[in-house]
Amino acid sequence: MSVMKLAYQSLKNRRTTALLTIFSIAISVALLLGVEKVRVEAKNSFTSTVSGTDLIVGARSSSLNLLLYSVFHIGNATNNITWETYQDLSSDPAVAWTIPISLGDSHKGYRVVGTSQDMFKHFLYGDKEHLSFVDGKPFNDVYDAVLGSEVAQTLGYHIGAQIALSHGIEKKSLQSHDDKPFHVTGILAPTGTPMDRVIMISLGGMEALHIDWVNGAPPVAAFAISAERARAMHLQPSSITAYYVGLKSRIAAFRYQRSVNEYRQEALSAILPGVALGELWKLVGSAEKALLVVSGMVVVAGLLGMLTTILTSLNERRREMAILRSVGARPWHIFVLMITESLIYGVVGTALGFAFTYGLLFAVQPVVQSYLGLHLAITLPGQFESLLAGLIVVGATVLGAIPAWRAYRNSLADGLTVRI
Amino acid sequence: MLDTHPSVITLSDVKFSWTSGTPVLDIRELSIQRGEKVFIRGPSGSGKTTLLGLLGGVLTPELGSVSVLGTDLAQRSSAERDHFRAEHIGFIFQMFNLIPYLSVIDNITLPLSFAKNRQAAVAKTGRSKKEEAIRLLKHLELDDPALLTRSVTELSIGQQQRVAAARALIGQPDIVIADEPTSALDTETREAFIQLLFTECKAAGSTLIFVSHDATLESLFDRSIALQELNKAATPAKKTVEVPWCLL
Repeated sequence: MSVMKLAYQSLKNRRTTALLTIFSIAISVALLLGVEKVRVEAKNSFTSTVSGTDLIVGARSSSLNLLLYSVFHIGNATNNITWETYQDLSSDPAVAWTIPISLGDSHKGYRVVGTSQDMFKHFLYGDKEHLSFVDGKPFNDVYDAVLGSEVAQTLGYHIGAQIALSHGIEKKSLQSHDDKPFHVTGILAPTGTPMDRVIMISLGGMEALHIDWVNGAPPVAAFAISAERARAMHLQPSSITAYYVGLKSRIAAFRYQRSVNEYRQEALSAILPGVALGELWKLVGSAEKALLVVSGMVVVAGLLGMLTTILTSLNERRREMAILRSVGARPWHIFVLMITESLIYGVVGTALGFAFTYGLLFAVQPVVQSYLGLHLAITLPGQFESLLAGLIVVGATVLGAIPAWRAYRNSLADGLTVRI
Repeated sequence: MLDTHPSVITLSDVKFSWTSGTPVLDIRELSIQRGEKVFIRGPSGSGKTTLLGLLGGVLTPELGSVSVLGTDLAQRSSAERDHFRAEHIGFIFQMFNLIPYLSVIDNITLPLSFAKNRQAAVAKTGRSKKEEAIRLLKHLELDDPALLTRSVTELSIGQQQRVAAARALIGQPDIVIADEPTSALDTETREAFIQLLFTECKAAGSTLIFVSHDATLESLFDRSIALQELNKAATPAKKTVEVPWCLL
């Protein structure tokens, strides 16, 4: 019988406390792994809210402000971009495509984004994914609307529903565009980005809503233009809020950015969305670090629990040690026996923790994907996970040396008989 | 064994104390012959634990020499003494002899994993470890196969002591030291146990050292030694002074 087998048999004999100890280590490991997984995926998801877009251009402001209103639809633009400027800048030979966006209206608290068909052709998020439809198709007519998944779900809209948009972005808007109702033609799949919370209409539709408005005020009844009349009119917008740019080659990004920033006719800013998103994550992402530290502490607590369990078992196992000594075990056998126990706790606890994490991932991945749009990739343990597993096993063994050393001292002092 | 020295154990001028200045053991001479069945009568305080510690090589004397099978234990390192004990001595204690989480067979074969020579002795018989353990159990009249599957903690104390005897005897160690092995047994099983022990020690060619405070067993042995008389440092049994009621 090897010492390893003895350690195993001994643990089996104390299986209740052993299993509890292993569980507490496993749960702490699973917690740490889970937090790290969500942290990494949330960061990935956040920083790839916009991907494949090289630059975002808007009226001159800080990059954070521009990012907030153009991507997250939070706050307002300081100014608009005239249609002429947009046309001029997007005809730059370096530009492959642009997506104009026009903001300012809302529906029951959800922002309305006026845009073009290019949104569905070129806009990418996450791992270079296009917007996809769970139902319906992109807008085609002036009064067509496409809903983000959250909008459709929360408000209970289906294809063909008729919605009236409101002027301004307040939840209880006083000025309604109910004279020109829109029809839902498409509902987007969840993306886990702000795109879930928008209503997209064409720039023409946006223009039609405001065609009879004068100086930001609704028309008096006599001058109002009906939806059908507006449809027949020239619906060229005079300005847009911002536009996304895709370049033919990313090398041109800085040159194009400079040409926008130095544009003579209008004060504009161009931002690199990846960089700005990274900055914003630094701002909002400090909580995740605190969470990681806390779960690290839970692992330490789990290991200390193991130490306590082993230390308390030492006294009642003194006779066992004395018997082992009498049949010929050397004191170092006792040391190895004890440290093997810690090693078993560490290895089995960590392995079980990994199993918990992966089991949970497999169970919740589809749910998280469909409800939150957050894609939790199930991958083999990476560098962090391997390092963590190694650290926990080494930590358990190092901590296990404390009771092992005490048992070694005891067995030297006790010899073949137990004196307590 | 190749050793032809007739004396298996020789103690000469051995002094031992836990705290310096107050010796607990002081033996001028003690010699035990090969194959002898020796009864050592030792009440508590007679230095019994210390003597067994010295014979087992767990303790070393301050003065004098403890020679077992021609090896002066005092001259050996503690690792060598551990090794020596594993290979040459089988122990049986008063009670709680067995490792609770091991099966009967695993308890009996446990010494073999620490002593290569005893493992070799079993191998020479042509039997496996398990077969040898079962053979010993049979000789100790524990041949009910149901016992083997039972947890050792479910055995009666008499059965436990016989399992412990089988463990001490496996691999034919030169010396078997039994420390009060019968004190937990009742009188009927006591003598039967001792007779079984005698038979097996004889078969294995082992010298038996049997320590007990029970003088009624003395007559069964080849020789009896009173430890209080042998040990000059033994503490005399305390006399109780009766205090008259009126003084309380």
